[in-house]
Amino acid sequence: MSAAMRAPAGEHAALLEVRDLRVEFPTRRGVLRALDGVGFTIARGEVLGVVGESGAGKSLTGAAIIGLLEPPGRIAGGEIRLDGTRIDNLPQRAMRQVRGKRIGAIFQDPLTTLNPLLSIGRQLIETIRTHLPLSEGEARERAIRWLEEVGIPAARQRIDAYPHEFSGGMRQRVVIALALCAEPELVVADEPTTALDVSIQAQIIALLKRLAAEHGTAVMLVTHDMGVIAETCDRVAVMYAGRIAEIGPVREVVKHPSHPYTVGLMGSIPALDRKVARLTQIDGAMPRLSAIPSGCAFNPRCPKAMAVCREAKPELRPAGATLAACHLYGAAHV
Amino acid sequence: MIAQLASRLLQAIPVLLVVGFLSFAIFTYVGDPVSIMLGQNATPAMRIAMRHALGLDQPFLVQYWRFMARAIHFNFGLSYRLALPVSQLLLQRLPATTELVMTSAVLALAVGLPLGVYTGIRPNGFVSRSIMAGSLVGVSLPTFLLGILLILFFSVLLGWLPSFGRGHVVDFAHWSTGFLTVSGLRSLILPSITLGLFQMTLIMRLVRTEMLEVLRSDYIKFARARGLAPRVIYFGHALRNTLVPVITIVGLQIGGLIGFSIVTETVFQWPGMGLLLVQSIQNADIPVMSAYLLLIAVVFVVINLIVDILYYVVDPRLRVGR
Ligand SMILES: Nc1ncnc2c1ncn2[C@@H]1O[C@H](COP(=O)(O)OP(=O)(O)OP(=O)(O)O)[C@@H](O)[C@H]1O
Ligand code: SF4
Ligand SMILES: [Mg+2]
Repeated sequence: MSAAMRAPAGEHAALLEVRDLRVEFPTRRGVLRALDGVGFTIARGEVLGVVGESGAGKSLTGAAIIGLLEPPGRIAGGEIRLDGTRIDNLPQRAMRQVRGKRIGAIFQDPLTTLNPLLSIGRQLIETIRTHLPLSEGEARERAIRWLEEVGIPAARQRIDAYPHEFSGGMRQRVVIALALCAEPELVVADEPTTALDVSIQAQIIALLKRLAAEHGTAVMLVTHDMGVIAETCDRVAVMYAGRIAEIGPVREVVKHPSHPYTVGLMGSIPALDRKVARLTQIDGAMPRLSAIPSGCAFNPRCPKAMAVCREAKPELRPAGATLAACHLYGAAHV
Repeated sequence: MIAQLASRLLQAIPVLLVVGFLSFAIFTYVGDPVSIMLGQNATPAMRIAMRHALGLDQPFLVQYWRFMARAIHFNFGLSYRLALPVSQLLLQRLPATTELVMTSAVLALAVGLPLGVYTGIRPNGFVSRSIMAGSLVGVSLPTFLLGILLILFFSVLLGWLPSFGRGHVVDFAHWSTGFLTVSGLRSLILPSITLGLFQMTLIMRLVRTEMLEVLRSDYIKFARARGLAPRVIYFGHALRNTLVPVITIVGLQIGGLIGFSIVTETVFQWPGMGLLLVQSIQNADIPVMSAYLLLIAVVFVVINLIVDILYYVVDPRLRVGR
């Protein structure tokens, strides 16, 4: 665990390595930097949770990894490596062989992520055949097996049904089947249960967790639900204003947070095993991209802010059992 | 689905009754068929006899009933101008109009759809912008002016294509087609462009707008995230989702094509029903006018029915009882 934590050390230990990632949006009023030096790793089979207030850059990080930033958003710096190979600068054609095949994606709202005019079988079969050399019949069998795996009852009979014939929870199961059917090594799941009925959220998370464990799939799980993080993830990254504030093993980050922002977040959570719907906000609000304070972006809200906090951006450094980007830990380099 | 189509058909009945009523009213009350048929010098006795012979002395509802009963048997009486059965005149003209309208519709779709897809996929490219700018011409140029300009250029100045008529036609039973001879096809080019250009630009702009909309949707994003090929995403996923509005508009536009065919047929002296209508209006040939009106209403009803069927084919959410 601690080996995976110290990112740059063993380069091939990590399945995914994101280093100094910067994402920008050119606008008429100048360039907005939405991600500013994001770096983390995910090991094979590991589940990394990502939390943070709305607008912190969680979805953008996921989009950058699967190479689907929406223009004019662009990767302006840094690199993303999958199994040691850079994927952030791949040509479109090569990136298509990564998407779906090596990195799957699960989106938030299953009511809108499935094409309403194509049967779920059609969508599964075409995805399978895009990535695997199977005949139509073989792909169909595989699609049925996947529908069974994600818990669609009577999968063989229902494979030709259309999305609108399924409930929201069932549709998200189909989405999970679609994301995993070519057995990717990594899945980026961006708030996969936020749009679902509370009563089925736990089932979907449990399903995702089980499938990832069975297939050895690593997961980057974006969520607002600290309960989910605690139950599901190996490590967690806390994001703030386009940067990672703290990253480390779940228990440590939750029980012994180092970064003042994480401390604030966790202060609102009674106990590790209790479900808390949303991260309660700390006094004040996260700055807009056009007005990010210099130095540590958290300094206007930080109870422990010092003079150096307004001048230098803190880098991630060991702080207890986690890594924290805060001048309280280690000497500030200028 | 059968039940829904049946209910659509039932809904069409009042429409046809109302149009039938209008058609009947024109037939009976516009102009004075008796004086038109007998001329100015007829005696009152002759007029009364004629009125009786035509059934014009019957009560209103009886006349309407008889009119509709005859219409169902495709009997619209005699043309005042040509003294031939109206049904025979219309049937003679039907192939010319049908072939012109169909060719224009196919042209509009075959060009408009791909251009719409292309400009939707690359909204900011130079080619797309040029096409969009050019399409403004198609939207804003009136049909008759376009026809005259085409004649001026391709017939008068260049002498490449005929400026009027259908060329040689080949007869099959009651159908005369211009599709089988070179001169027939050449004659079709300018009129069908004239008639189809507006609809083509309309379809193109509609498909483009819909494509832009659909390409922003979550299911397209998810399809991309699964690594599907652009061809599959654009044609298998996106285009399909633009089809429902496109079918609606194309259905309506075929009606528009029939309407504008009157202008086009006049400009090109195309021997179709539109030209017949214009000639009939000029000569106050009431039976032809009222029959044309009723026929067009039937055509609209049929088109709407086809549109409904296509909805069911395209969109599974509309299919019930699965
Ligand atoms: N197209 C865009 N143009 C300009 N700024 C953008 C654009 N898309 C996203 N951003 C900005 O990037 C920042 C990060 O957005 P992101 O969607 O990653 O947030 P998030 O952490 O996923 O939030 P949420 O919890 O609400 O999903 C936000 O401040 C957002 O305003
Ligand atoms: S760097 Fe300074 S302002 Fe930022 S979190 Fe640490 S103490 Fe607070
Ligand atoms: Mg988000």
